[in-house]
Amino acid sequence: MNNRNMVLFIGGIIFGFGLAVGGMSKPEVVLSFLQLKDYGLLVLMGGAAGVSFVAINVVPRFVEKPVLGGEFKPRTRTLSRNTILGAAIFGVGWGLSGQCPGSALSSLGMGNLPVLLGIAAMFLGAYIMGRFFG
Amino acid sequence: MFPLGVTSYLLGGIIIGLGVSFVYILTGQHATQSSFFSSTISYFSKIPYFNRKTYLDSREWRLYFAAGVILGALLYTVTISPDGFWRTSIQWWRLLLGGLLVGFGTRLSSGCTSGHGISGLASLSTTSLFAVITFIVVGAITANIMLLLGVTS
Repeated sequence: MNNRNMVLFIGGIIFGFGLAVGGMSKPEVVLSFLQLKDYGLLVLMGGAAGVSFVAINVVPRFVEKPVLGGEFKPRTRTLSRNTILGAAIFGVGWGLSGQCPGSALSSLGMGNLPVLLGIAAMFLGAYIMGRFFG
Repeated sequence: MFPLGVTSYLLGGIIIGLGVSFVYILTGQHATQSSFFSSTISYFSKIPYFNRKTYLDSREWRLYFAAGVILGALLYTVTISPDGFWRTSIQWWRLLLGGLLVGFGTRLSSGCTSGHGISGLASLSTTSLFAVITFIVVGAITANIMLLLGVTS
C-alpha cells in the first residue's frame, strides 16, 4: 500500500468511527432526524463541516501544499439543474430508507448485513445514472 | 429537539471532521463518499462516463477509503459501542428502493451528505449549500409522508 492509499485508509477508519459514534450507522437515527424528532444530525454535520473548514480554509495559509504533494483546492461544483434534481432524488431515497453512501458503508461495519442490499442498489443507481444520463 | 442529547452527535461530527482534515492536509484530496460507486464501476465498465480521468485517478484510494469506513465502524462496534453488533429493522424493499434513488441522485448531483454536506459546506460552496437544503427538505417531506402512510419499521 503506498503512502497516499494508507492515508486514505486511516482517514476512512477515522471517518467510519465518527459516523458510528454519531449514530449515523443506524438508518433509524437518520430517519428520526428526517421525521423532525431529533435534530442531532445537524449538530454532527455542522461539527464535521466546522472542523473541515479549518483544514480547507485556514491550514493552507500556513502550509504551502499537502504533505504528500499535490495542491490544496476547495471543493467547488458548478450549480446546475442536475445538482438540484439529483439532490431531490437523493432526498427521496434518504427519507425512504435512512441510508446515504457513507452511513451505509459504516452500517456494514456494525454488522448490519441487510444494508448490503442498499449498497448493491446504490451501485445499480450510480450505474443507471452514468449509463443513461452521464 | 435532542432526545438522545447532543454529545454523541457533536463528538461524532468532530471525529469525522478530523478524518476529512487528516486526508486533506496530507494529500489534498476531499474524502467524500458517493464517487466511490462511479469510480469502482470503472473497473468493470467501458462506458465513457465511468472512465473519466477523475474516476480513474481516484478509484484506488476510494476503495481503501471505503474499506477504512467499514473498518472504523467495526472498531467502534467491538470496542466502545453500548450495543455491539446491530441490525436494522427497516424493510428490505425500503433499503432496495431507497438505495437505488440514493445511488442515482447522489451521482446526478455530484455529491451526497459527505461531498456536499461536509466537504462542500466546509469549502463555502453555494452549490453545495443549495444541494444540502434540497436533500434535507425533500428527505424530511418523504420521511413524514411515510409516517403518515403508517410505514414504520
